[in-house]
Amino acid sequence: MANISLTVNGETRSGEAESRTLLVHFLRDTLRLTGTHVGCVVGRCGACTVMWNGAPVKSCMVFAVQTDGDEVVTVEGLARDKRLHPLQEAFWKKDAVECGYCTPGMLMSAYGLLSNGKTPTEAEIKKAISGNLCRCTGYGNIVAAIREAAGNFK
Amino acid sequence: MYPAAFEYLRPRSIREAVELLLRHGEDAKLLAGGQSLVPMMKLRVARPKYLIDIHRIAGLNYVREEHGAICIGATTRHVQIEQSPLIRDKMSMLAQAAGEIGDAQVRNRGTIGGGLAEADPVGDYGPVALALDARMKCVRPSGVREIPASDFFTFAYTTALEPDEILMEIIFPLPPRGSAGVYHKLEKVAGDFAIAAAAVQLAVGRDGVCTSIAIGVSGGGPMPQKPAAVENLLRGKKIDRELTEEAGRLIQDDAEPIEDLRGSAAYKRKALSAVLRRALTESLRLTTNNL
Ligand SMILES: Cc1cc2nc3c(=O)[nH]c(=O)nc-3n(C[C@H](O)[C@H](O)[C@H](O)COP(=O)(O)OP(=O)(O)OC[C@H]3O[C@@H](n4cnc5c(N)ncnc54)[C@H](O)[C@@H]3O)c2cc1C
Ligand code: FES
Ligand code: FES
Repeated sequence: MANISLTVNGETRSGEAESRTLLVHFLRDTLRLTGTHVGCVVGRCGACTVMWNGAPVKSCMVFAVQTDGDEVVTVEGLARDKRLHPLQEAFWKKDAVECGYCTPGMLMSAYGLLSNGKTPTEAEIKKAISGNLCRCTGYGNIVAAIREAAGNFK
Repeated sequence: MYPAAFEYLRPRSIREAVELLLRHGEDAKLLAGGQSLVPMMKLRVARPKYLIDIHRIAGLNYVREEHGAICIGATTRHVQIEQSPLIRDKMSMLAQAAGEIGDAQVRNRGTIGGGLAEADPVGDYGPVALALDARMKCVRPSGVREIPASDFFTFAYTTALEPDEILMEIIFPLPPRGSAGVYHKLEKVAGDFAIAAAAVQLAVGRDGVCTSIAIGVSGGGPMPQKPAAVENLLRGKKIDRELTEEAGRLIQDDAEPIEDLRGSAAYKRKALSAVLRRALTESLRLTTNNL
């Protein structure tokens, strides 16, 4: 067992984990941040996407020990002061959520795309979420929501 | 889906990594981006007792131009290669290939060194490394050596790297001035590995005659190939529709694709022919624009 200490959503968090513990399980089971979803656990669905040192990654493809000393942002880190993040607002407005299984991962991939401050094209939006599977919406509303959020991203 | 237990080691320098690899031998594995190794460990196909994480070693992550070549540190990520202004400008097919790998999350983590060392039969760097005659600079306790791409891939998922050897840098000689490069990949769904792919770097004179040609392909067998017969067919001849068709037939006849979920051998032969013809046609258009 190793003690892992990292910054999650701006706060220092630490916990014990075996080397083989995946980041997604560490976040959910040890830190009790259950917003990040577990889907396939083999890197195919994107439900577990989080930001690691500023870029979206699949947290089932990373061992928690690899992130020791680093910065991670999960879907819980988007809303501030009980106000939804503009991306979450846009997903709500554009009906980009049905069952919600893919939503945390979609939001984090979109967050990664928009955090460079540029307004993406539709093709860029689609490329950015190609690693995130949604079995409900048909993607149209998700693309529309990200496009909408790009206008008022902070 | 838990891997077997292992001890995690985080060397700070190449020297330290080499020592750890020597000390633990076959019980150790290098971890770069983890985008191939972590799934293998979860399936317990790989069960290293020691995992040596090289992705934080300072000085292994860079892209620079040196002595007529672009040199890339082994832990440089796919996304950095895709977005590097230097690579986009001088070696666009490499940027294209990196941008076609998996999805954004995979490109944010996966590294060029890991991709080459993994040697997936249809990995995206293989055809480009072969076409451009890249050299793999490696280090082991006994010293440093360079392995040419043509000797590097020895079979599916197998390379000329020794178990105690670390890939440090990949050296891509700059293609001839005025030539144009295209990487064309056919995939079943976005983010998947290729069914077949072709990397073509081509230059023609004002008369349309091919003055230089370099090709690398994947999908025609258990490892990427440099089809010398096709290069010889095209070199010194006017590249037109007929010759392009002939190149497509030649590559198809020589291919021995492996049948799998991405398609039958017969289908893959045709796919390989198609990607080669498309890459040739597109690079011809681009190089003609350069004239
Ligand atoms: C969903 C998904 C889709 C993908 N799609 C594609 C695709 O379309 N095309 C493609 O090409 N790849 C694809 N990949 C694989 C991806 O490109 C990997 O990043 C790459 O194959 C391995 O690089 P890595 O840095 O993650 O290496 P790791 O997984 O860390 O290591 C892979 C292997 O290489 C060894 N190794 C790593 N670095 C070195 C080094 N410097 N010296 C010696 N040995 C080393 C490791 O010990 C291990 O055996 C995909 C992966 C996923 C999960
Ligand atoms: S749970 Fe990580 S990609 Fe599916
Ligand atoms: S909303 Fe159900 S999977 Fe996307």
